[in-house]
This record gives sequence, structure tokens and C-alpha cells, in this order.
Amino acid sequence: MRVLRCGRRAALVELDDLDAVGRLHAALRAHPLPGVDELVPAARTLLIHYDPAVTDHTRLAAALAALPAAEAARTERAGVLVPVRYDGEDLDEVAHRTGLTPAEVVDRHTAATYRVAFCGFAPGFAYLTGLDPVLRLPRRTSPRTRVPAGSLAVAGEFTGIYPRESPGGWHLLGSTDFPLWNPSADPPTRLTPGTTVRFLPLEAPQR
Amino acid sequence: MTATTPPGLPSAPVPAPDARPRTVRVLHPGYGATVQDLGRPGHTALGVSPSGATDRRSLRLANRLVGNPEDAAGLEILLGGTVLVIDHHATVALAGAPCLALVDGRPVGPYAPIRLAPGQQLALETTAEGLRVYLAVRGGLDTPPVLGSRSTDTLSGLGPARLATGDILPVGRRTDGWPAADLAPQRPCPAEPLLRIVPGPRDDWFTPDALAALCGGPYTVTDQSDRVGMRLAGPTLERSVPGELPSEGTVLGALQVPPSGQPILFLADHPVTGGYPVIAVVHEDDLPLAGQARPGQRIRFRSA
Repeated sequence: MRVLRCGRRAALVELDDLDAVGRLHAALRAHPLPGVDELVPAARTLLIHYDPAVTDHTRLAAALAALPAAEAARTERAGVLVPVRYDGEDLDEVAHRTGLTPAEVVDRHTAATYRVAFCGFAPGFAYLTGLDPVLRLPRRTSPRTRVPAGSLAVAGEFTGIYPRESPGGWHLLGSTDFPLWNPSADPPTRLTPGTTVRFLPLEAPQR
Repeated sequence: MTATTPPGLPSAPVPAPDARPRTVRVLHPGYGATVQDLGRPGHTALGVSPSGATDRRSLRLANRLVGNPEDAAGLEILLGGTVLVIDHHATVALAGAPCLALVDGRPVGPYAPIRLAPGQQLALETTAEGLRVYLAVRGGLDTPPVLGSRSTDTLSGLGPARLATGDILPVGRRTDGWPAADLAPQRPCPAEPLLRIVPGPRDDWFTPDALAALCGGPYTVTDQSDRVGMRLAGPTLERSVPGELPSEGTVLGALQVPPSGQPILFLADHPVTGGYPVIAVVHEDDLPLAGQARPGQRIRFRSA
């Protein structure tokens, strides 16, 4: 664990992997430190915003080192079931590149239980961890300039759903009408860090 | 000519003052204006930027000048040029970039309360220095809040759209006493703002000379600058570690360095995560100066 300065009001904690990020995030939620305002988990880091009137970098780094280790990233919220049509433009290509049939891709994708590791890229875009290792592919070499809202996609160790139309470089497996982002709700997304997610296939792919 | 109404008496009843709509009508949006308050902090873990006024100090001042709480929503106006009509008895104030205005043709200045009668027109001139003008209206703009803020986030698309001709903005009633100052003297915008930085979190991804190069400067603000970030042109910051980082959380004031080696200063609507290394973070008290730097203007950095 390295604690890096990030201006006068934040520290960036560098960790070994996604699990370590999840464990520290869980530990800080269970044992809040004085002056810590906000936690922003990412793939290998946890950004900690703090109030410089209450704490400083040195004290925060010492407090982090003294935190009781959380055993594992706890799933703190009830699970969410997201109905999905596996009709994505890249389903055949993903099948080809992984040596599976499209139906096997769908089976492997729906068999897993995912967890929201962190959000980013756009409001309500959740990076879901737990993807079957066979389905892990690098991003597309040439990103699409337009990915439709509700597209279910995979890239690297993650799967996710585009909450609104945007550019994107992930492989599209399907689509959903699940409401992902509602700014008048609190929280505005159900896919908050720590939430478990499963996908429910709405129909067998017509292939 | 036979008068049926005695002279001096109105032919129709005058509406009671509180029957007038408390609104601001936009006759011309100017060069670009958005509704801004102090933003929506606390949602970055859900992918939402804090947003809010780029030059918070000036929005706060404009609000104090009209007796508003400092966090009330006002307008952030690029360079001026905006023309508005007020529909009620209103007090407004301009702060930020020094912008003159005309009230029905009569000149008025910034950093002081301006009284407007119903139907009067406020026309902002184009400011000769600085970049962002703040307009506060007593009672605060009362557009619908999203996630606790009325700010327009130009990156996430949250909050109201940019100001357009014909917009009617409701004015609230949340005040904090009466204006206490007639005039708030301001320093002129510095010709070459000096911004303090704290090195890190990724200064170790750069050659040992990179921080010296950053502080040697100067950097020119390019025209590829907006509320999301300010692209700078100046000494190239050489990397010692190639490649990209896995995306990580970013902060307001971060100096992110893409492969070109030319830094980008993250402003209010910055993305909440990024994959390019951040060499240093600008001190938050100096961000108002950055928010007033125009394209073409030079800025410098020094390690604090």
C-alpha cells in the first residue's frame, strides 16, 4: 500500500489489485477515519478526499496503516437482477475470439455473480467485477463513436452497461431497458459500489 | 376630447408587487452562460463531477453583494454579452471578470448591488480582461436542483442546458439579510497568474526534470479550454514510465499529462476518473485565478 499526495485535500492509495481496493474500501466504511469526506474506488487505487482542517496527509497515512484489515470486500447491499437481451453486435466476434459458441458466451456471462467495483467514465457507469476469465478480451482497437444507451458490454476484467449513448471501446454483448440512472432518485443509480449484480437472459439468442 | 377618467388616475389597477412573476428573461445569452452554484460534491463515487462555479470566490462575492447565502445559484457568463430583463423589483450584482453593463442604457459597474425595476433591461458589455462573469440575483436562481445542486455539468449533462434566448429563469426567495456592502474593491486580474502546486500523485512517472520544467513555464492557455479542463501549451513534460495507468480517481485542480506531454488543468466539470498520470495538483485557493485566465494568456506554476 502506497499513500500518494493528491493536492491538499486528497490522498491516492495505491493497492495491488481490485480485491485489495475492495477490502480497504470496506474497512474505511466500517471504521470511518476523522476528516475523511469521500471515497472513490477504482481498479488499483482508492482516492480519499479529506478535510484539511481536520486531518493531513501524514496523519491519514498513519491511520490507514493502523486500520484493522477487512477479510474481504463485503457485499453491503442487496443484489440487483438485470434482465438482458443478448443481442449485441459483438456477440459473434467475442464467441469467435474466445473459441466458444454465442450460446456458450451467454451461458458463461449469465452464470457469474458480479459486484460493482467502482463507477466512473459517465454518471451511473458501473465497472462490474467477477467476469469469467475466458471472456476477458482487450478493448476494441477502434472504439465506436456511438454506443446506444443500455448496451451490455465486456472489456478486460469488467462487464458493464452504458447508462446513456456515448463513445465506447467495449465489446457489445446485449442490451437492457433496466433503468440505470435517475438523478431525482437517491442514490441515482442502483449499481453503487459493493452491490452484487446478476443478469437474467430474456430470450435465447436466435442463432 | 372628453376625459372619462380623471387625470392622474390609472385606467387599470396596478398589480400588487408580489403578483409579478419573480423571473429573469433571457433576451440574448451572450458568448455562453450556465447556471452555477457551489456544485454537487459527494457523488464522485457514482461517476458525477462536483461541477459548480469555476471561480467560486467570485460567485460567493456576487451572492454576498445581494444578500444571498454564498451557495445560491447565479449565472456564470463567458466574457459577458448577455442581455436580460427582470420581471420584478430585483437586486443583482456582477463579480468575477470586470464587466460593465447598461441598465436601460445607463452604465452600471461590477462588485456593487444594482437595483432593477420590473421590465428593466440589463445588458452586459464584453469584458476586456478576465474570462468569467458572475451574476447573482437576490433570492437566488430557482431552477430545479439535480442531486442537490442547480449547476450545469457540461460533461455529465446534469442540470439545465446552457442559457438560450427566450429562457425564463425563476428567482427564489432564499436570502441572508440585506446587502451590507456598497462596493467590494477588487484587485485587477493578474496578467500572468502564478498558481501554486503540490507535486503528485504521479510525479514519479516523469523524469526528474519534469517538475522543474512545469515550474519554469510559462504555459499558454489554449482555446481548447472549457469548464472541463484547460489545455495548456508550454514546456513538454517528459515521462520516465511509459504506458497508461488503470483509470484512477482524479481531483479538481489536477494537472493531467496525456502522451503529448502538454498538461491539462482539471476544472469544475472534470472527469472523475482518468488514465493519464497527474504530475501535480493546483492549490484550491488559486483555482479562481485559473478560471479567469483567457485563451492566449500565459500562466506560471510554482511548487508550494
